[in-house]
Amino acid sequence: MPKSAPTAKPAPAKAAKAAKAASVKTEPAASNGRARLAVRKTYKLYVGGAFPRSESGRTYLVDGDNVALASRKDARDAVVAARKAQPKWAGATAYNRGQVVYRVAEMVEARAAEFVALGVPAAEVDAAIDRLVWYAGWSDKIAQVVGNANPVAGPYFNLSSPEPTGVVGVVAPPSLLGLVSVVAPAIVTGNTVVVLAAGPQVAITLAEVLATSDVPGGVVNILTGRAAETAPWLASHDDVNALDLTGVTDPELAADLERTASGTLKRVLRSRGETDFTVDPGLHPMTALLETKTVWHPKGF
Amino acid sequence: MFEYAPAPESRSIVSIASTYGLFIDGDFSDGKGTFKTINPASEEVLAEVAMAAPEDVDRAVAAARRAFGPWSALPGAERAKYLFRIARIIQERSRELAVLESLDNGKPIKESRDVDLPLVAAHFFYYAGWADKLRYAGFGTDPKPLGVAGQVIPWNFPLLMLAWKIAPALAAGNTVVLKPAETTPLSALFFADVCRQADLPPGVVNIITGAGDTGRYLVEHPDVDKVAFTGSTEVGRQIARSVAGTGKRLTLELGGKAANIVFDDAPIDQAVEGIVNGIFFNQGHVCCAGSRLLVQESIADELLDSLKRRMATLRVGDPLDKNTDIGAINSAAQLAKITELSEIGSSEGAERWSPPCSLPDHGFWFAPTIFTGVTQAHRIAREEIFGPVLSVLTFRTPEEAIEKANNTPYGLSAGIWTDKGSRILAVADKLRAGVVWANTFNKFDPTSPFGGYKESGYGREGGRHGLEAYLA
Repeated sequence: MPKSAPTAKPAPAKAAKAAKAASVKTEPAASNGRARLAVRKTYKLYVGGAFPRSESGRTYLVDGDNVALASRKDARDAVVAARKAQPKWAGATAYNRGQVVYRVAEMVEARAAEFVALGVPAAEVDAAIDRLVWYAGWSDKIAQVVGNANPVAGPYFNLSSPEPTGVVGVVAPPSLLGLVSVVAPAIVTGNTVVVLAAGPQVAITLAEVLATSDVPGGVVNILTGRAAETAPWLASHDDVNALDLTGVTDPELAADLERTASGTLKRVLRSRGETDFTVDPGLHPMTALLETKTVWHPKGF
Repeated sequence: MFEYAPAPESRSIVSIASTYGLFIDGDFSDGKGTFKTINPASEEVLAEVAMAAPEDVDRAVAAARRAFGPWSALPGAERAKYLFRIARIIQERSRELAVLESLDNGKPIKESRDVDLPLVAAHFFYYAGWADKLRYAGFGTDPKPLGVAGQVIPWNFPLLMLAWKIAPALAAGNTVVLKPAETTPLSALFFADVCRQADLPPGVVNIITGAGDTGRYLVEHPDVDKVAFTGSTEVGRQIARSVAGTGKRLTLELGGKAANIVFDDAPIDQAVEGIVNGIFFNQGHVCCAGSRLLVQESIADELLDSLKRRMATLRVGDPLDKNTDIGAINSAAQLAKITELSEIGSSEGAERWSPPCSLPDHGFWFAPTIFTGVTQAHRIAREEIFGPVLSVLTFRTPEEAIEKANNTPYGLSAGIWTDKGSRILAVADKLRAGVVWANTFNKFDPTSPFGGYKESGYGREGGRHGLEAYLA
């Protein structure tokens, strides 16, 4: 199925983006008058805190870069990394997770020029930073807003609290703001993610941000390539708890993935057509990836 | 054990008609055939019930759709008053409905009378109060109902599961088509009469009876906006698959294989009561039953001796006898499944024990049973038996207990028995289960959300959280 499935649309190659990207790659003449040869970046995957090539050895060409083309096995390796990192990340204090996500915002701010050079509009970079700051603040508030004590009719202490669902497979939208808007709500609540990125250079640059932002290895894993090829493996994977289909634009692929996910009763965050990432996301991106645990205990002397 | 004289609850309080139709648009009408519902304690036929064909489901969904506009447009306070009325009528007819439930389901009257019916009334009472307060529930300032809800419920708590489905749906402004289980349709049909007594507008609640095909047709109906299902994980998967890509909202409350963990400092007598309640309540026909006992090795012998002594006092028999602890198994098919898995337990090497107890000649019965020497590889430790059968495993450290407790695709409930508060909280944190009972078990309340992690389904029923499934 994955091989014959339609390939995901790569990030829109805007003329402005290409021009800006080119300006980074071919440096102007050095001060001594001789042209300096640029040191190019290799765009690899981001799995378990490291930047491996695809185990398949495959790459594909995106705007002049040979980008790693992730395989089924890369997806499975990423799930292993995400699962391994999950208990410790969920067990970190909410305060700590908030600090880490805020640190991500700081690092995007510091590298804003790099994202702009990749063709991301400056306003979008700003919005992505603001979105990260917004979610950072949610880390130690979401439990207070969606959890509550329950006044049961008996002598019992009874409390419902949200908990992360676990490992989330994410089919991300191509834009930086879209990518941040799907990753941040998943991780700030204590989940770990395997992201199938649509805009590879932007996504891997974000991975470099994450790698330098105190985000523990394995909390965010980013695969570049064709979502239509790799997403079915995440949808059917027994050790993935939820699937975020926000970035899936083909309704048939979305329905297929949802059907596949039913085999393990994954929580599915459905795509709702074109998402406007500039508006207030509300709580749903977080609550869709949370479980509610209710604990009872008798009261008595 | 003391000898008790029989203390049967009178059947005369309930009058069961010989046939029942489908409750659609406020009236009863015929289906395309009928099926019989029996008393599992005697195999006596209680009534013939209409089998809903696809065109009947179409009629029911159409009635619910017509009723949706006016019902959702009612001020919340008015919807609330209908639900309060329903709650009151259930309280008034509580004994009748309890006897009916025990007759059709086989559960002991003391459970239908003291657990099921009080919770049913309380559930309607609780959600009635939400109907005019939805914008304060935390799901947006202008929450909207979804439309027509297709709801399919199981046979283990027929009227209680109906209440869990219908009360929040109606409070939020939805209309419903509900299908009760094939073996326990009667209390839902009596509920239809409760709706009429309450003057609920026709079409707001529709009850269609039938088997799996009827349920499948209902959840796949294109004019259903929301599907809610309680039942087996296998059927839950099929429903999730059929709903995929349709945009319908879905909540699933599925199977479980709960661990009931007893630490060495637990008060043994209380723990034994909790273990017995955890697995023998409602004949073990409970998705959140504590069907895997994890006991710390150092107290295993003492605990098991005590548990066996207690099990020997359990009274198995006539569900209508007020002294009965364990009633009838709901159906021949369920009895066959319990029998088969228990035989597999023995053949895989676990040691089987039941107290001496005589079972009635007619009907479906299974003696309370425990298996010791069970390992995690045994099928009786992995599969939901849904009967009065307990698998006992041991552990040495809290880490091992947590590892074993979570070693299941299910995640509905769990129990912890220990005197140490910090241990309760640490273990509760690590258990992957939607409901954790500490030093208690099988407690339910309309204010308390219920539902599972992992393959026990998604969504919550009960409490403020339970509204989310019925609001856009």
